[in-house]
Amino acid sequence: MSLDPTTLLAILLMALATCLTRVAGLVLVGRLRLEGRAKAAFDAIPPAILTAVIAPAVLTGGPAEAIAGLITILAAFRLPLLGTVLVGVAAIVVLRAIFGG
Amino acid sequence: MRGRAISFKTARREAGDNTAMSIIDFDFPRRGELRSALTDIAPALVAGVPIGLLFGAVAVAKGMAPLEAVLMSALVFAGGAQFAAIELWQHPPPLVALVVSTALINARHILMGISLAPKLKLLGMLQRLCGCAVMADENWALAERRAAGLPLTPAYFLGMGAVFWANWVLWSAIGAMLGPVLGDPRRFGADFAFIAIFIGLVVSLSKGARSAGVIAASALAATLVHAFVGSPWHVLSGAFAGIAAAALLDRKDAR
Repeated sequence: MSLDPTTLLAILLMALATCLTRVAGLVLVGRLRLEGRAKAAFDAIPPAILTAVIAPAVLTGGPAEAIAGLITILAAFRLPLLGTVLVGVAAIVVLRAIFGG
Repeated sequence: MRGRAISFKTARREAGDNTAMSIIDFDFPRRGELRSALTDIAPALVAGVPIGLLFGAVAVAKGMAPLEAVLMSALVFAGGAQFAAIELWQHPPPLVALVVSTALINARHILMGISLAPKLKLLGMLQRLCGCAVMADENWALAERRAAGLPLTPAYFLGMGAVFWANWVLWSAIGAMLGPVLGDPRRFGADFAFIAIFIGLVVSLSKGARSAGVIAASALAATLVHAFVGSPWHVLSGAFAGIAAAALLDRKDAR
């Protein structure tokens, strides 16, 4: 197994950049108390981020992706997480076969 | 499985009545924390299998040594940034492009950490650092979900993080070694496992009509920016659109 020094440097720099983003929240927050609009904005962080990551793939990925996304959303209201994943994957396989995606 | 989902909702409702919960008031078995963490992270572990295999295979196909691919998974541990790095990969690696791309894609971790940090009161400083060092979308979202109903314990947050990290490294390694034998993972819908788990997490984190506005704003902004500006800018644009929508939609009577 080989390990190229520049590759190692690239990996270490990527790791450093990632680690800084991960611990930044701990440093930035301190003991803040939020109320009203600021609290509402703060509470919206989780769904806002998760939605932003996947929305383009679902909405502009093609008909198979859009319909499978809708089926997965419906499944998520009724099933635990693993069931949701299985339904979503089954849906995309069938829909891609239909739409030729 | 259905029973578990119902008991989770009950736990969240109870916590709503008792926001000033102290450590002494715990009436749940703390020994079950690690088991709860493993049960909750299990679907993300399953979804991580094809994505890890895919990363390992693609990295080796792009000219990385298997050891280098595994090292990247172990040290960077960020799927989105790693796939983007593979897109940019060449010899010698473009260091500046790689670092800028990684920092941009992972900038969402800053917001995630800001949101989660106040919920880590039961963790010591070293535990907070270790837990956040392996904070990825899935284990972070599950920790947020947990914190909505129960206090977040070190066993739960660190146990979940460690297992999720080990799973990613393991399947990346297997993918790197098996390489092209695997074929196109899209055939098995493997790429959609990642999307499905995010959908499941968004639904379990949302709170009715107030979240619908946040999700709609985020989805719209992310999709437009992705189409007209490009990746990875859609992540932060969507996140801030959703956060702004929450602030604008907030009304006193709703509180």
